[in-house]
Amino acid sequence: MVEFLQFTLSGISFGMIYAAIALSLVLIWRGTRLLNFAQGGMAMFTTYIALEVIRHTGSYWAGFVVALAAGIVLGTVAELAVIRPSLGRPELNSVIITIGLLILLEGLAGIFYGGQYRSFPAAFSVTGLRAGSTPLGVSRFDVFVAASVLVTTLLLAVGFRYTSAGLRMRAAAFNATVARLSGIRVARVITVGWALAGLLGALAGVLVSPSTFLCPNSMDAIFVFGFTAAVIGGLDSPAGAVIGGLLLGVALSYAGGYLGSDVTALVAFGILVVVLMFRPAGIFSGARVRRV
Amino acid sequence: MTMRSLPRVLGAALATAVVVAILSVKLNAFQDYQIAEIAVEVTAVAGLTVLTGLSGQISLGNGAFMAIGAYTTALVLLHLGWPFIAVLVVAAAVTAVAGAIVGVAAARLHGPYLAGATLMLGVALPSLAYIYPGVFGGDQGLNVVFTTPGFLGVNFPPTRWQAWVSSAVALVTLVLLANLGRSRVGRNWRAVRDDEVAAALAGVNVARARILAFVVSATCAGMAGALLAIITGLVAPGAFTITLSIALLTAAVIGGLGTLPGAVWGSLVIVLVPTYATDVATSHGLSTAVASNIPVAAYGVVLILVMLIFPQGIQGGVRWLLGLLGIPAARTWHPASMSEAGSPAGGAPASQHEALLTQRGDPPEPHKKEGTQ
Repeated sequence: MVEFLQFTLSGISFGMIYAAIALSLVLIWRGTRLLNFAQGGMAMFTTYIALEVIRHTGSYWAGFVVALAAGIVLGTVAELAVIRPSLGRPELNSVIITIGLLILLEGLAGIFYGGQYRSFPAAFSVTGLRAGSTPLGVSRFDVFVAASVLVTTLLLAVGFRYTSAGLRMRAAAFNATVARLSGIRVARVITVGWALAGLLGALAGVLVSPSTFLCPNSMDAIFVFGFTAAVIGGLDSPAGAVIGGLLLGVALSYAGGYLGSDVTALVAFGILVVVLMFRPAGIFSGARVRRV
Repeated sequence: MTMRSLPRVLGAALATAVVVAILSVKLNAFQDYQIAEIAVEVTAVAGLTVLTGLSGQISLGNGAFMAIGAYTTALVLLHLGWPFIAVLVVAAAVTAVAGAIVGVAAARLHGPYLAGATLMLGVALPSLAYIYPGVFGGDQGLNVVFTTPGFLGVNFPPTRWQAWVSSAVALVTLVLLANLGRSRVGRNWRAVRDDEVAAALAGVNVARARILAFVVSATCAGMAGALLAIITGLVAPGAFTITLSIALLTAAVIGGLGTLPGAVWGSLVIVLVPTYATDVATSHGLSTAVASNIPVAAYGVVLILVMLIFPQGIQGGVRWLLGLLGIPAARTWHPASMSEAGSPAGGAPASQHEALLTQRGDPPEPHKKEGTQ
């Protein structure tokens, strides 16, 4: 029973990281109908930047803030420099460009920082919390992970729901042509979507790296599970991304805890197959539109 | 069309075979190994370009089919010791079945959902090797012993023989796929890709067409896996990572999605660019961390640039160059005039049949095009 509680709590902590990646993919998907394979690579790169800042200033929070800012910059630059010129061409071209971007970032990280694993500091203590004498399997830092993703998600949700910029973003995602006709600068909205996605990715990178360590491809697995979470939830649904991330995080935590770490990928695949069998466009997919 | 194009395809295949044979004798053992490696990629990428470019289904999991083919090869060679040609047939058959299963499961999925499911398949399947180490050898993998036949003599370089076998399989695959693409099956795929509802109304069995495309693509990947097993001499899970599946799709798109020459160009890029960049970097005396990562970064830049400069892939660029020189482009699935003259304004086609021929092979965004016509 204690074990079950521990697996659940640590699953939620990891699930929130998958949720952050999934949410960043959803933001980009809604704007550009494009899967950003560079999302993990961008997160990896901003985490290296954070590590440099922490080493030079000695302050974790300086690194944290710089990472988030770098995420925004990287997302914006990527969109303006390589994605925008490719829009309107075959969709797979843009996908391959994001793959090229991922490979480029991994190469650059290797050139600047080398290929070896680096440890990354955590904001708070990573020793396990206890309720009375029972270990809970999570640390203060895990609580911070879950809370910071949750707060960011809620801020985004409030922004989308109640601000005029959020309304513009929703309008552009709903119907780009009509949005453009009503005076919304859809291109700018898309750039903002990439910037926010960069921020979420950077957050995920900083939060996950204390437990996975940092190397040029350390975010690959996180990206794969984040992508899986987004697919489970439905790529059009931000709420689906968060719930898909939590679901996957908890399920993989049980699988890893009870069955061993070798089966986690198979379990994730199994969950994906079962969900897609019943909901071919994710749990939170809307009504199916089929043009004839 | 089929009557006229078959000699052309066979001629191109024979010419390539002669060039490869000469090259394999002239070049050194490492370069022979690279020829074999390119042939492996061509076999797998050709299958994927048919799946994604013709039937319109994306797969980020063809590395999993390669793994199935490779492990089948290793197990059959290890336990039964059959001749390679029989092993190749078994590997192709096993992956064809796997492709059918995945195809059935994938028939309802589209776009990113299909991409996600196949990606996860590619990530999950190799972990079976860790779960059943007794059968699959775990992390260490299985050794594959592949000997050169006796009649070539004892001094015949094994890498050259491997290059010959791999190239032969790749060329036969290309010829078969070229014919399949021009047949009724290929037309059905393109119809399904362009508009499923219209295809169904025209009497095409959409589900069957989509599943068959997966079977064909998986079979090609399985044979590529079998070749990979014999040229590397080892089948281990580390060879079948997500990177492999992504590289296959990258090669297909970079070369020119839906075109078989494009599959060759794309394979050349993904095998040769990293090696070439490594040579350049090490010859300039850079430190190992830098020298080993410059090729990676350069490869990323190449992918981005090719996609920005040649939206139709390298084969699109080749066709554009041929057009500039006034040479009519080869009769591929993408006639050069396709994207511009494919519109109704480009002159009335001679017949319904001719119209079908000139309309086909549109790049992977036909919906938008048709909407604007």
